[in-house]
Amino acid sequence: MKSVLRALIPLAIFLALVGFLFKGLFLNPKEIPSPLVGKPAPQFDLPRLDNPEATFSPKEMLGKVWMLNAWASWCPSCVEEHPVLVELAKTGIVPIVGLDYKDTRPEALQWLEKGGNPYVAVAVDADGRVGIDYGVYGVPETYVIDKSGLIAYKQTGPLNARNLNETILPLVEKLQAQ
Amino acid sequence: MKISNFYRSAIIAFLMQWTLVHAQEAQPLQTNSAVEAQVQRLSEELRCLVCQNQTLADSHAGLAEDLKQEIRDMANKGMTDQAIIDYLVARYGDFVRYRPALNSTTLILWLGPFVLLLAGGIGLIFMLRRRQKISTDQPLSNDEARRVKELLDLDRKA
Repeated sequence: MKSVLRALIPLAIFLALVGFLFKGLFLNPKEIPSPLVGKPAPQFDLPRLDNPEATFSPKEMLGKVWMLNAWASWCPSCVEEHPVLVELAKTGIVPIVGLDYKDTRPEALQWLEKGGNPYVAVAVDADGRVGIDYGVYGVPETYVIDKSGLIAYKQTGPLNARNLNETILPLVEKLQAQ
Repeated sequence: MKISNFYRSAIIAFLMQWTLVHAQEAQPLQTNSAVEAQVQRLSEELRCLVCQNQTLADSHAGLAEDLKQEIRDMANKGMTDQAIIDYLVARYGDFVRYRPALNSTTLILWLGPFVLLLAGGIGLIFMLRRRQKISTDQPLSNDEARRVKELLDLDRKA
């Protein structure tokens, strides 16, 4: 009996390894956990897209649950994401602020004119400095920020019906109830 | 004649394009070699998050260039290597380091191989000891001894 159990040890180790590798098949190596979750959203003062004279700062959103969406007119995945944002904005559930990342003003304005503007405000991060503060490494990226200005969640890659309904909107609802 | 003209202009066009391409890649002129050495050292330690298997030094992705510039600015301000690495880890997480830091989540990564080596070594010692016991503690039975003798005799006759 003992020797049978002993003979099963390699099989058990093998199965454990298979288990880990199988899980690994479904992990996305592009999703890097952000160390900023749970920390205050980095402050900035950036010119607004609609009016370069005015600035936007995250301070203006204190007391509200809101989303910061880093996008750019040159970003291919943003094409896919944009209609989702427009739909979300129509529901009025949560205000979305855009961070126009390393983009040019005319192209960004043209993008919004063509696809619709889901943003309550768009801050222009022309040189990507604020993007670095937020740990942006590939647009689109979206941050959910709570009433006290803490980052509650970071979505890397485009928003879609699935991640909105399964993760982000329930979280927003929970944060709004706080 | 016509053809050679065509080739000549093609070569000229190619060379012009060549210089243009390289002009775009030119790095800003740097004067402070200590700062440049620090930027180079750090960018070999840090991962480009866009093309994840490259260091910042190897990568030409836009973000890598931005981060190198950011590192250069910090180096110019006289920040230490550790301070600069901490700055980037605070934004991009431990993943930005090519050599993972030793902390609670990476402990198994750092110590795992040594634990496995030790366990394997101990297992090997136990196994060898047991084998030794098996081979010394079991004398031949009478039948076996006779069989061995027969075989040896056979061999000698042949």
